[in-house]
Amino acid sequence: MTLLAVEALSKSFGGRGSGRGDGAVVEAVADVTFGAAAGEFVTIIGPSGCGKSTLLRLLAGLEQPDSGRIVLEGRPLAQARERQGRFGYMPQRDTLLPWRTVLENVILGLELAGGSREEAREEARQLLPLFGLEGFEEAWPSALSGGMRQRAALLRTFLAADDILLLDEPFGALDALTRRVLQQWLLGVRTRFQKTIVFITHDIDEALLLGDRVLVFSPRPGRIAADLAIDLPHPRGEETVLEAGFTALKRSALAHLKL
Amino acid sequence: MRTTRLFVPALVLIVLAVVWELAVRGLAVPVWILPSPSAIWQSFWETRDLIGVHVGQTLLEVAIGVAVAVTAGVAVAAAMDFSPWLRRAIYPLLVISQTVPIIALAPLLIIWFGFGIAPKVIVVTLFCFFPIAVNTSDGLTATEPDIVDLFRSMGATWPQIWRKVRLPAAGPYFFSGLKIAATYSVAGAVVGEWVGAKQGLGIYLLRMSAAFKTASVFMTIAIISLLSIVLFLTVFVVERRIMPWYFAERSEQ
Ligand SMILES: Nc1ncnc2c1ncn2[C@@H]1O[C@H](COP(=O)(O)OP(=O)(O)OP(=O)(O)O)[C@@H](O)[C@H]1O
Ligand SMILES: [Mg+2]
Repeated sequence: MTLLAVEALSKSFGGRGSGRGDGAVVEAVADVTFGAAAGEFVTIIGPSGCGKSTLLRLLAGLEQPDSGRIVLEGRPLAQARERQGRFGYMPQRDTLLPWRTVLENVILGLELAGGSREEAREEARQLLPLFGLEGFEEAWPSALSGGMRQRAALLRTFLAADDILLLDEPFGALDALTRRVLQQWLLGVRTRFQKTIVFITHDIDEALLLGDRVLVFSPRPGRIAADLAIDLPHPRGEETVLEAGFTALKRSALAHLKL
Repeated sequence: MRTTRLFVPALVLIVLAVVWELAVRGLAVPVWILPSPSAIWQSFWETRDLIGVHVGQTLLEVAIGVAVAVTAGVAVAAAMDFSPWLRRAIYPLLVISQTVPIIALAPLLIIWFGFGIAPKVIVVTLFCFFPIAVNTSDGLTATEPDIVDLFRSMGATWPQIWRKVRLPAAGPYFFSGLKIAATYSVAGAVVGEWVGAKQGLGIYLLRMSAAFKTASVFMTIAIISLLSIVLFLTVFVVERRIMPWYFAERSEQ
């Protein structure tokens, strides 16, 4: 069943009346169409500046498309306001609030939704061990390592959203080793939740290792150059990237990336 | 580490006082030119019942003036944040206004508002308003747009974004403005009183110096500095209380 449908979505920046001044129009997302089934893990890969973040911002209700539709559970969400609060969006840049402890950070979504803070804290506390944050609930974000910060931000996103997570390069700023640890960890966590995930990355291995499907974006304006099913068996581990099936998929994705 | 940080300047101060004391005694400097530290202390001890009322008056002016400056400064900063047009109109004027010597305004304020407490409070406010307004305004500008976006994506309302993001983010800026203001505030009140007052450290200073009671002049100056330091430290302690995260972050680096 299609949970989320994106239909012919386009978005440009600049031009007259946009405040950019130079009048140049940047076409960021052009005619993007795809769907995500409930529980599906869709990865998106594309060159820098091709409009990946813009696509997520459109979904999250931070931008309005020039044309096209975003349909959630069969209902089109035309206004940005209708989309806000419907997705668990994790921005590309680190956005933990420095003035809140880890625990107060991760309950943010529940708090803004108007629930009881104490219940939210209880719910969060139960998930802290799974996210490797046990014992750090009272720590300030500045005391955490890069990997822990990202796990805290992920927990916040997990708690904020009912079902769809939009993750913008969550591991992009981490060192290679930490990133591999977190990839394996996310594969493990994923099996325990019924979440639908749209996951942006600029790392092909990451896209293929984590996803059920990968959307390969063309350079700007971002269009979908390929929509590849990743039929590698689970559980996937460190060795998966060495298998023949993986290499074949990677070759195919690289061909579509046209770097 | 902490104790040595306080210990060294304290030691320097004590050495200076001893040298001063010995020099004044050794060279037999007349007390109306340069009193020794012990003479200054003595003048404090003799007038200790008298000085309290002046300290109280000055502190009252400081308290009201700082309160008004904080309210007005934060309000102006918020207004500039709401309207880019207002910012462009006000911000340069704020900076230019700092070239006007407030001391020169004090006599005018007396003409307009008389010899009561009002002109003193206004002088304190003038001293304190600028650092608070400008720092708070800078702090509001410094809000991370990504964090605001995160809140918007979670369906937060603007009041929620102000309460939970913009104000806490501006906190460190506000407090550095407030610390500057606290340091200036006592000097501001003294300037206000200098021009004409019934009570207060400023007018006391003027009377003592007119009477060539140099030891009392020194004592009053010491009290003024001490009050400024105490006010600064008070703000510092409150800041640590309200923003422990900020100090944890700084000690992390
Ligand atoms: N608010 C905006 N105003 C003007 N131009 C914008 C805006 N947001 C994005 N753009 C432009 O749109 C294009 C796509 O940006 P986007 O951030 O979506 O790319 P990206 O694929 O996420 O890149 P990266 O991999 O570097 O994160 C870029 O050229 C960018 O400069
Ligand atoms: Mg991006």
